[in-house]
Amino acid sequence: MANVFAYAEARAGALRKVALETVTAARKLADQTGGEVHALLVGAPGISTSAEQLGKHGADVVLVCEHDAFAQYNPEASAALAAERIKSGGFRAALFATSAQGRDLAPRVAAKCGVGIVTDVTAVDLAADTVIVKHPINIGKVIATVAITSTPAIVALRPNIFTPEPSAKAGRVENIQPMGDPSASRVVVKELKTGGGGKLDLAEAPVIVAGGRGLKAAENFKLVEELADAFGNAAVGATRAVTDDGWRPHSDQIGQTGRLVSPELYIAVGISGAVQHLAGMRTSKTIVAINKDKEAPIFKVADYGIVGDVFEVVPALTAAVREARKGH
Amino acid sequence: MDVRFRITADGTSLDETGLKFDLNDFDAWAVEAALRLKEKAGQGEVVAVSLGPDTAQETIRKALSMGADRGIHLKTARVPFDGFAIARALADELKGGSYDLILFGKMSPDSSNGVVGAIVAELLDLPCVTAISGLEINDSRGTARRDIEGAQETMEFPLPAVLTIDEGLNTARYPSLKGIMAAKKKPLEVKPIDLGDTAVNVQKLELPPERAAGKIIGEGAAAVPELIRLLQTEAKVI
Ligand SMILES: Cc1cc2nc3c(=O)[nH]c(=O)nc-3n(C[C@H](O)[C@H](O)[C@H](O)COP(=O)(O)OP(=O)(O)OC[C@H]3O[C@@H](n4cnc5c(N)ncnc54)[C@H](O)[C@@H]3O)c2cc1C
Ligand SMILES: Nc1ncnc2c1ncn2[C@@H]1O[C@H](COP(=O)(O)O)[C@@H](O)[C@H]1O
Repeated sequence: MANVFAYAEARAGALRKVALETVTAARKLADQTGGEVHALLVGAPGISTSAEQLGKHGADVVLVCEHDAFAQYNPEASAALAAERIKSGGFRAALFATSAQGRDLAPRVAAKCGVGIVTDVTAVDLAADTVIVKHPINIGKVIATVAITSTPAIVALRPNIFTPEPSAKAGRVENIQPMGDPSASRVVVKELKTGGGGKLDLAEAPVIVAGGRGLKAAENFKLVEELADAFGNAAVGATRAVTDDGWRPHSDQIGQTGRLVSPELYIAVGISGAVQHLAGMRTSKTIVAINKDKEAPIFKVADYGIVGDVFEVVPALTAAVREARKGH
Repeated sequence: MDVRFRITADGTSLDETGLKFDLNDFDAWAVEAALRLKEKAGQGEVVAVSLGPDTAQETIRKALSMGADRGIHLKTARVPFDGFAIARALADELKGGSYDLILFGKMSPDSSNGVVGAIVAELLDLPCVTAISGLEINDSRGTARRDIEGAQETMEFPLPAVLTIDEGLNTARYPSLKGIMAAKKKPLEVKPIDLGDTAVNVQKLELPPERAAGKIIGEGAAAVPELIRLLQTEAKVI
């Protein structure tokens, strides 16, 4: 009857999509252990309005901690609170997201609990009460099946793999107090700069349109942005060649040293398909490539390739996608 | 370089024949950051620490040839997959060292786990900022910038502290011939250690399923209607 802990990630007063993914995966695991899902939600006063969503996705209990010092990500106070809850016992596994926040938080919690951790997990299961996870190593070139024998096991899930699924549970809200004074953390966020209002993030977008050096100049990225706009639910990514030249910020870089993404649809525009780039996107469900060189390695992984000039093909594709999505 | 990995017969480790044990990118940026801070301060010492079998010494020598002053090799039979076990051993070594900053890579490509730095910070009870791509140090305080989803976070922290390094912070220097020669004479202390039990163990390694072979569906704008059709009917993403 072991329970499963889920960290429900929020930022700037709003739940992140990965929070629902985490709770959904926790629900599936708890259905195997026969236990409950306890979700932890921290934020500034008002965050409790998001608790209902967590109940709808399978949380039996939602632990809500509201405090002004949680208005921004507060690594030390969040870790202290999560670890305290997890140590209070009864959890077989504690799930986080492999997001910027989860990557920072989960190892802190593992250290405080003195238990094993695996991040960027693409599958999680139980076998004879041991938590078994799949985790790509060597930048995705090898898939490891890993057993975590500590109790609990700390698992951070790769975003966009565990699709949120409704599963109505009580979602009983329990208001809890922070550990100590969360305003006294040594590490403090002084500034949060959001780039371009309301744009979808790479980790959360079902569609990514990524551009490479084939676009020739920074201003031509508007072709990529217009195609992304036509989809309505797309984010814009880039290769290292592009971020190195300063056409796009480094946070847009996809690949070995950038972001690891796995959207439903990945459209590579003027990208050669270097191994270091493929390492970050080859798990995308459907890959489309547009490149004028039919020998470009990107065509080896593309489900649908078009050989052609981006300046001709991309505007035509943008118009066709708008047409196909009319009425959406 | 495109390395093709081979899995050993028992299916739980990689065949290391012919692999080069270079410093990975993130760790090279961490060494570079340490060297620049020392150069700016005009004093101080940069120590490179690595845990693993004898191949770890190749990695330490690379850091020494870039300019680090000395190395410590925590010698184990193998590098475990358990990041907590690695961090515990590193923290034991680092705790008496009165370091102002302890720098890690954001992630080692081998484990692709990205946990060791933050765990060491917790075990030593030091403030920690992870995955930073900007850094300023003034006396006993620091400011670090990290790229997060669609935004940038600027964090402040007191020293001593632990930082993990992302791309964008700096460009790592190449060792000069002089640096490579000097590195051979720099002190490298070897300490055999026992890792104890590990709670995270690899059961099986597999090569990822190959994607179905790529398919070129046509040329130029004329291929767009066929692409839309496939995205609607086959891939079902529009
Ligand atoms: C250690 C290391 C880490 C790295 N990490 C990353 C990483 O994280 N992410 C990453 O992306 N890269 C990374 N790289 C760089 C990588 O090796 C490649 O250099 C980079 O991905 C190439 O970017 P690109 O495809 O935009 O440019 P290019 O390789 O120059 O390709 C441009 C493509 O555009 C096509 N093209 C040109 N004009 C047109 C046109 N008019 N119409 C259509 N097509 C056109 C060309 O045929 C070509 O295929 C890394 C490299 C190293 C060594
Ligand atoms: N065996 C090791 N010896 C020294 N440092 C390590 C070792 N393993 C990991 N690290 C450090 O921790 C960082 C993150 O590693 P990981 O958590 O394995 O992704 C690396 O970039 C290194 O800086």
